[in-house]
Amino acid sequence: MVEEESLRVVRCGGSELNFRRPVFSADSKYVFCVSGDFVKVYSTATEECVHILHGHRNLVTGIQLNPNNHLQLYSCSFDGTIKLWDYVDGILIKTFTVGCQLHALFTLTQTEDSVFVIINKEKPDVFQLVSVKLPKSSGQEIEAKELSIVLDYINQSPKCIAFGNEGEYVAAVRDFYLSVYFFKKKTTSRFTLSSSRNKKRSKNNFTCVACHPKEDCIASGHKDGKIRLWRNFNDDKKYTYTCLHWHHDLVMDLAFSVTGGHKGTSLLSGGRESVLVEWRDTVEKNKEFLPRLGATIEHIAVSPAGDLFCTSHSDNKIVVIHRNLEASAVIQGLVKDRSIFTGLMIDPRTKALVLNGKPGHLQFYSLQSDKQLYNLDIIQQEFINDYGLIQIELTKAAFGYFGNWLATVEQRQEKETELELQMKLWLFNKKTQGFVLNTKINMPHEDHITALCFCNAEKSEQPTLVTASKDGHFKVWILTDDSDIYKKAVGWTCDFVGSYHKYQATNCCFSEDGSLLAVSFEEIVTIWDSGTWELKCTFCQRAGKIRHLCFGRLTCSKYLVGATENGILCCWNLLSCALEWSAKLNIRVMEPDPDSENIAAVSQSSGGSDLFVFKPSEPRPLYIQKNISREEVQWGVFVPRDVPESFTSEAYQWLNRSQFYFLTKSQSLLTFSTESPEEKLTPTSKQLLAEESLPTTPFYFILGKHRQQQDETLNEALDNELVQLPLTENIPAVNELLHTPAHVLPSASFLCTMFVNSLLLSKETKSAEEMPDDIDMKEEKESDDSDEENDFTEKVQDTNDTDLGEDVVRQLSKAEEKELRKFRKVDYSWIAAL
Amino acid sequence: MGEFKVHRVRFFNYVPSGIRCVAYNNQSNRLAVSRTDGTVEIYNLSANYFQEKFFPGHESRATEALCWAAGQRLFSAGLNGEIIEYDLQALNIKYAVDAFGGPIWSMTASPSGSQLLVGCEDGSVKLFQITPDKIQFERNFDRQKSRILSLSWHPSGTHIAAGSIDYITVFDVKSGSTIHKMTVDRQYMGASKRKCIVWGVVFLSDGTVISVDSAGKVQFWDSATGTLVKNHLISNADVLSIAVADHEDSFVVGTAEGTVFHFQLVPVTSNSSEKQWVRTKPFQHHTHDVRAVAHSPTALISGGTDTHLVIRPLMEKIEVKNYDAALRKITFPHRRLISCSKRRQLLLFQFAHHLELWRLGSTVATGKNGDTLPLSKNADHLLHLKTKGPENIICSCISPCGSWIAYSTASRFFLCRLNYDQDNISLKRVSKMPAFLHSALHILFSEDSAKLFVASNQGSLHVMQLLEGSFKHLHTFQPPSGGNLVTGHRESLGGHIWQMKTLELHCTVPAYNFPVTALAIAPNTNNLVLAHSDQQVFEYSIPDKQYTEWSRTIQKQGFHQVWLQRDTPITHISFHPKRPMHILLHDAYMFCIIDKSLPLLFLDLLDEKTLVAVERPLDDIIAQLPPPIKKKKFGT
Repeated sequence: MVEEESLRVVRCGGSELNFRRPVFSADSKYVFCVSGDFVKVYSTATEECVHILHGHRNLVTGIQLNPNNHLQLYSCSFDGTIKLWDYVDGILIKTFTVGCQLHALFTLTQTEDSVFVIINKEKPDVFQLVSVKLPKSSGQEIEAKELSIVLDYINQSPKCIAFGNEGEYVAAVRDFYLSVYFFKKKTTSRFTLSSSRNKKRSKNNFTCVACHPKEDCIASGHKDGKIRLWRNFNDDKKYTYTCLHWHHDLVMDLAFSVTGGHKGTSLLSGGRESVLVEWRDTVEKNKEFLPRLGATIEHIAVSPAGDLFCTSHSDNKIVVIHRNLEASAVIQGLVKDRSIFTGLMIDPRTKALVLNGKPGHLQFYSLQSDKQLYNLDIIQQEFINDYGLIQIELTKAAFGYFGNWLATVEQRQEKETELELQMKLWLFNKKTQGFVLNTKINMPHEDHITALCFCNAEKSEQPTLVTASKDGHFKVWILTDDSDIYKKAVGWTCDFVGSYHKYQATNCCFSEDGSLLAVSFEEIVTIWDSGTWELKCTFCQRAGKIRHLCFGRLTCSKYLVGATENGILCCWNLLSCALEWSAKLNIRVMEPDPDSENIAAVSQSSGGSDLFVFKPSEPRPLYIQKNISREEVQWGVFVPRDVPESFTSEAYQWLNRSQFYFLTKSQSLLTFSTESPEEKLTPTSKQLLAEESLPTTPFYFILGKHRQQQDETLNEALDNELVQLPLTENIPAVNELLHTPAHVLPSASFLCTMFVNSLLLSKETKSAEEMPDDIDMKEEKESDDSDEENDFTEKVQDTNDTDLGEDVVRQLSKAEEKELRKFRKVDYSWIAAL
Repeated sequence: MGEFKVHRVRFFNYVPSGIRCVAYNNQSNRLAVSRTDGTVEIYNLSANYFQEKFFPGHESRATEALCWAAGQRLFSAGLNGEIIEYDLQALNIKYAVDAFGGPIWSMTASPSGSQLLVGCEDGSVKLFQITPDKIQFERNFDRQKSRILSLSWHPSGTHIAAGSIDYITVFDVKSGSTIHKMTVDRQYMGASKRKCIVWGVVFLSDGTVISVDSAGKVQFWDSATGTLVKNHLISNADVLSIAVADHEDSFVVGTAEGTVFHFQLVPVTSNSSEKQWVRTKPFQHHTHDVRAVAHSPTALISGGTDTHLVIRPLMEKIEVKNYDAALRKITFPHRRLISCSKRRQLLLFQFAHHLELWRLGSTVATGKNGDTLPLSKNADHLLHLKTKGPENIICSCISPCGSWIAYSTASRFFLCRLNYDQDNISLKRVSKMPAFLHSALHILFSEDSAKLFVASNQGSLHVMQLLEGSFKHLHTFQPPSGGNLVTGHRESLGGHIWQMKTLELHCTVPAYNFPVTALAIAPNTNNLVLAHSDQQVFEYSIPDKQYTEWSRTIQKQGFHQVWLQRDTPITHISFHPKRPMHILLHDAYMFCIIDKSLPLLFLDLLDEKTLVAVERPLDDIIAQLPPPIKKKKFGT
């Protein structure tokens, strides 16, 4: 069944979570964010992804709650559709096809049947804000073609559009002007700021806009860090604005918090400083800060109730912030902020993907749960977030000894001659379950370190590390006793320095058993005996500098494979010391599978990147997949599977024990699979949903179970008590009696018969008939109200019914029961006389 | 070799005094400004912001409050405890009344203009009735514990708000009793030991009291309940002054950081009638404390310790965007403080309490056009003449021959004879001055230094014959009409030469509706050149008693737009002796059409080839002021 499906390239590691402003659910329990072609629903309390809404066939560009039903969500996408979701159950309700690319979505409570989208129809750079009428139809797929332009020539970003004062006007900013369109008057006012260049670095450009929820006030952010508060803008002459200035760099986003009570409305702003600023009462002197948020704030969102804020950051992170400015949850995607130097690695302990993360950090990313585990601070210095600064970069990292050791290299080069280089060795501490710095080596080499590898052979007694550098040397570092008097501390020292004719060392690699070390010096590969550090032999192909080098594994351990810059793939036999075979292939990435003989190579051609999987023993590839990506593939890695797959097809057998992940230039992490990882994830995460309805506090675990037990015992007790009595909740007469207001009730004497009859003559068949009737009526009423709300409201109604039923049962079971028993003994003949 | 050799004089270290109070009169569109040395200046805002009149200062008279009342009457009160009324016609003090409450900190006239209210050091608020020729004490209000720093009438005249230290009091005018006492927080959020001084209060017609205080707050109070309605923290330093527009839809506050904030009453939403006060624009035109602000219908006016008077027009209130709509900064007085002896190359500088006599440096080098020539002999400080008494010098002059100096204070006229004995100078005062000559508004020596012309504050012109060591009174002219005195005294100055021979009035120059800022008579053509505050220049032929042909053609064609857009009045006119067709005009920043970036205080022609220009860089003035409040500047 599996092999029938074709293998395809799927995206994993989450897409950008920070592409658009996140949206809170009405009860602030969930936060929605766009993520590639999906919409993800996260719990604000647990940071878990609760649902993934998939259905769009292109990038999702906007999400908004349905203003008429807060349990539904609209989303729009580049695929030209607007979809309506039930996010509680993760169900697609409706699809509206608009037909052109939709760039952003806005909804308003006042305009029930239409939404606003940004489109570009004719020219590529001219965007319009249009209102789309959503036809009321019961079908699933509906065409929505009724468009009317509200504003033309606007900025593409949804941050530059804001609706204010209950939909009376819409404000749009672009370049140097603010335009306000009044829906009632159907007029547009435009306010232009001076764009004069002669003033010293005047950067008045608008960057974002927000509207005050209650007052006629528009806040606009600017490139120079100023925030302007516009008022009186319905008068072209008397308009006025105030400036708030704290940001020194451009204001990325603005949001007004919605609050009631004595606290006034406050304005939230954020930018490259990574500080969330709250302007209380929108007053300059009354501001609060939430600093050190880690990366540039891209978007700010406020929950409808006003109790939570959230900021999305350029490092693919969403921080949920309580309204007293305390960060309460962090939803972290794969950090994609900066370029990756370290490549992809697998932490042997956690099986997590390891690569450059936050500035100066290594991130550990769990591929199984698709979430970041933690960031390891390598550089351990304050990161100054300023444009144009030359930072210390973490350039190389390697794991050794089953994850016990981690070696990292960091460098900073301000000028050609001033290279700062540092190598750090980290030991995994079992107690703290984290890496602890063991040795720090300043300037391990004179020049850039090009390669780093541990000897991972099981039999070797002494941990060994080899570094290759552009200065023409390779150095062997071993773990030795430090000069500690207790002989307890250990540290790394240099054991051997090797070189070959002053060529730059470009690559190094140990054979599987650790007996041989291969170091490439530009075009020449040298083989060294790791016991004596003797040069054993050299291979020279004169086919360009060696770009990749690796030994074969298992049965192919006698082979050494190298890829050169001139597009030649060579395989040498170590026993015969001769070239076994070579092939012309422009290889960008070459990764050996640690669990098999297979080696994966990604070649770059004009059309895109192609994947070849081969065994060193034979020059014919096992598997070829053309055009795995349009972009250049930069890094790849084999990840061992927890549970081996059973592909029976020969072509896919290389994927049985491990999975190949690769990273493209635009930093999307891709893999081969028959299904997308998000699809795989959903079943496990659905379990969480049930618990989601209750807040998971420590008390919950104690009290929740206790309450469950209580409920059970209570139910049992009730069952026992109700043995003689019929189920009162099913009796319409009782319901009527209890639910009708006292002043409209008929006289007690009239009711008495009905009441007593219903209690005593327990006609089960009759009550069973009446009950469905009742529910049918209710359903009819509801379906009149709205079709969409149907399933939910019904649920609520059901629970209400049961609640009330219980009340009735309790009331009856106490005092009235005795009375009723008395009644039973009484002679009823007098009733008949009445 | 250029046309002129120019002496650029920069040793006139004149520092204007800081501005203490500003009072705007809506009826006449005039602005009264008082400075810390007691000087009171009157600016005519409709006449191109020309400084029309000024009252010299007095050491003991530190003005703390200034107000217009009963139409055009100007009152001031100060720390000497006196209320002073100024005579705007005679340019002197009409009378001074002691309020008997210690130093006066605040004063305000009632909305009807018939009553005057002063707040004193001892905590008393005193009500004075304004009678047509004096003021009359009426009664005291309930005495407060500490000094009354600010006062404001309710526009209906029934209530008064008084700002004191740590609280604001609301009085009922009829009973004079306290209605509410509103305590002001010492600091915004959290307590402070420093007392909170309420620097200014404003009572609005809807009963709102707006206060500004030393904790940097602008607060809105409900006077009916005595409760705080809204609070705006706008500054870390004191907020020193407040002024509200007549329509009560905007007000302006000045802070000790030199910032002026504008507040506007803005509707909350477009379709609701609810309005709220919103801080809109900050203006940073000052470097030091903004001690006084005023709100004219079209402009915000502010003045402070940094001696600038800034007039910032409100763009939304101005219909036609002409040059009146531009920002104006007035720093220097619109009158001459420097006179020059051409023959001896001497400059006389006038300060508030002394005169300085300098000899210009000289050079032997010659250079190309635009070269800076090295000095072979540096400028000499020859004389430092201190006045006796607390009064400021009104005017001064040195004779062209350099042997006479005349100056005048508000009560005395001095004439001195200078004797040059190589490098030594001896000064001898001419002792016996005639009794009628006790104060002069303007002094001038004739070209041959034989005659002295003195314009007195009685509106008459005295001509005196100067002899060696003594003088003789020749004649007194009485101008036919009182007229505008500032215009008058300069006009009569010009008039004198042609009156010398006949000793009678020759003619009257036709009136023009802008005041004359400078005038001079061309020595060889006998043409009178007049410069008006709207930058118009007229040439009047004295023999023909009419405007010259040149003036008429100029008036027909109109002046160049750039010339008309100058905003500082022409303060001096001089002539080229050899080329009668050239007239040299200068104002505070510019000489003729040659623009100078440095403020130019004086310019005259020494001889055919030499000009002298006195400059005063603004940076030098700021350097001599007390340091401003230190503010952290981002990125330093």
